[in-house]
Amino acid sequence: MATWKPDPTFYPSARMAMQAKPEKLAYVAILHVAGDKPDALGVVDLDPSSSSYGKLIGRTPMPNAGDELHHFGWNACSTALCPYAPHPHVERRYLIVPGLRSSRIHVLDTKPDPRAPKIVKVIEPAEVHKRAEYSRPHTLHCGPEGIYVSALGAPNGEGPGGIFMLDHDAFDVLGRWEVERGPQYLAYDFAWHLGHDIQITSEWGTPNMIENGLLPELLLNSKYGHQLHVWDLRRRKHLQAIDLGAEQQLILELRQARDPTKTYGFVGVVISLKDLSASVWLWHRPNGQWAVKKVIEIPAEPAEAEQLPPLLQGFKAVPPLIADINLSLDDRFLYVSCWGTGEMRQYDVSDPHNPKLTGSVRLGGIVKRSPHPAAGPVNGGPQMVEVSRDGRRVYFTNGLYRAWDGQFYPAGIKGWMVKCDVEPNGGLKLDPNFFLPAEEGYRTHQIRLEGGDSSSDTFCYP
Amino acid sequence: MWLALAGLGAFHGINPAMGWLFAVALGLQRKSRAAVLWSLLPIAAGHALSVALIITAVGALRAFVDSAVLQVGAALTLIAFGLYRLLARHRVRVGMQVGAADLMLWSFLMATAHGAGLMLLPVLMGMPIGILHHDHAHMAVATAVGSSAVTALAAVAVHTAAMLAVAGVIAIAVYEWVGLAFLRRGWINLDLVWVLALIGAGAILLVFAVW
Repeated sequence: MATWKPDPTFYPSARMAMQAKPEKLAYVAILHVAGDKPDALGVVDLDPSSSSYGKLIGRTPMPNAGDELHHFGWNACSTALCPYAPHPHVERRYLIVPGLRSSRIHVLDTKPDPRAPKIVKVIEPAEVHKRAEYSRPHTLHCGPEGIYVSALGAPNGEGPGGIFMLDHDAFDVLGRWEVERGPQYLAYDFAWHLGHDIQITSEWGTPNMIENGLLPELLLNSKYGHQLHVWDLRRRKHLQAIDLGAEQQLILELRQARDPTKTYGFVGVVISLKDLSASVWLWHRPNGQWAVKKVIEIPAEPAEAEQLPPLLQGFKAVPPLIADINLSLDDRFLYVSCWGTGEMRQYDVSDPHNPKLTGSVRLGGIVKRSPHPAAGPVNGGPQMVEVSRDGRRVYFTNGLYRAWDGQFYPAGIKGWMVKCDVEPNGGLKLDPNFFLPAEEGYRTHQIRLEGGDSSSDTFCYP
Repeated sequence: MWLALAGLGAFHGINPAMGWLFAVALGLQRKSRAAVLWSLLPIAAGHALSVALIITAVGALRAFVDSAVLQVGAALTLIAFGLYRLLARHRVRVGMQVGAADLMLWSFLMATAHGAGLMLLPVLMGMPIGILHHDHAHMAVATAVGSSAVTALAAVAVHTAAMLAVAGVIAIAVYEWVGLAFLRRGWINLDLVWVLALIGAGAILLVFAVW
């Protein structure tokens, strides 16, 4: 039902969203490692004055086993205020939670009790397959006129991957988004420059390339994604493919400038085949054409063969593996998860062409297993990272993707979620009182914050 | 009559969905106050076209349909459209890289989909627009057509001028001084108000028709 005033969590601009009150709850994807029990959406208490601070206080199991919950998102967000399709009297209320492996999409209502979301709708995989001809739904964003979902591939596990849409109200699958796909075949993340009607997409691999583990022969032959794609968001047309170079493999998370008048953003590259380094690239539009340049390179760290999993032993080095990045709402701090070396880095990107390292926290890592003050040595490494709207708190979990986790952490990742506090002018430190271990047999993945976070909303005004 | 048309114009001008917000957004995107003002012109033109469509329809129908029947028909249309608006969920994606033609088309679609022209029906019914069904016969046809066209144009002009003036004042005030933060609290659900206005207009018309 329509409300009388706009949802108070909608903000015209990212700058205004930074004034939001601190979040009190987080939602986190919890997946069962063996896959024979249902995954769940967890609710975590973030209120420091609460006795259950940093604890799991709610848990909504999915109706089936084996979904592999991964990323998820809100039904509505600040794009509802966009001037050409205004509908601000809807509520940010439902979490749309896809199963990456099952292609089943769950709709959870957080309204009656935000601590106990209820499943109100389940879109079965066949519906997604039939209406969109896509499968393996991955990233999800609330757009100005519908919900956009990226998908890794076709129902048979091959490509192309792409984007399909759900309607805002009934959450029906509306069909595939692309009108002219051009050369795009691989899919992963997507991001918008709403002021310029531009969409950027990135590349991972088709379901068949990833679901049985990272395939070394594909990696060494540069078969995983190494391009960005630029799209005309309005006409749903491919405009430009930008190759980062075949040695750059796994082009994953995209974080566009939160100011919609700007035309730049950052993309994380997991690994370079040349030297196992990881990197962050800037996409920008210097003279009418979109281009990329490497702005951060993090080298691999030397290690003894016996400290490394079989996949890496021949290289005698541990790759940083940038698996996620995130950008604060003021476009100032970029957070970079190094899942291999176990490090969360913070860069000041006020000048996007010249990031400056301003903070670092070591936690976990293939070789170092850096300790948490509340838990001692941990494994896995910083991965899915979310930043509070005010930019003062950073939360992250440690699982990458079930089928790949064991190749890098053969002992098996023990899931956790932690929090860092951010100094206003840069600097990052672990909150010693916040260490949430995943339940036995489960791992954690994406985090969404109550009322929105720095990657949940896109804004139409500067 | 004219005051009512102008008043409804102002009412339409207030609604962010009728264009002032789009104009402000384009101004902010291009960092230009002139862009705010220039954007409003095609937006007003699109609105005027949508209203003109309804006025033309009224004029044309009057030539063939008995005025009492027309009045009841218009009343029922308004009520039905108001109810439909309660459920309507169409969202046009236009984008922010728009020219005058895009803005005009967008505004035309928004005004039409929101029933901006329909809302004027009770007023239009009382105006000498179109040639009445029963006075066809005589000499005055040519004059009647001429004066009816002038009245119709004047109606569109008065309504649109009021809409543009109000939208312009709000757009500039928001762009220059107020800022967009007020939208967070101040943007009441005008769609609901419109539903009431449409159904109310239909009810008034129905009462007069039956009277």
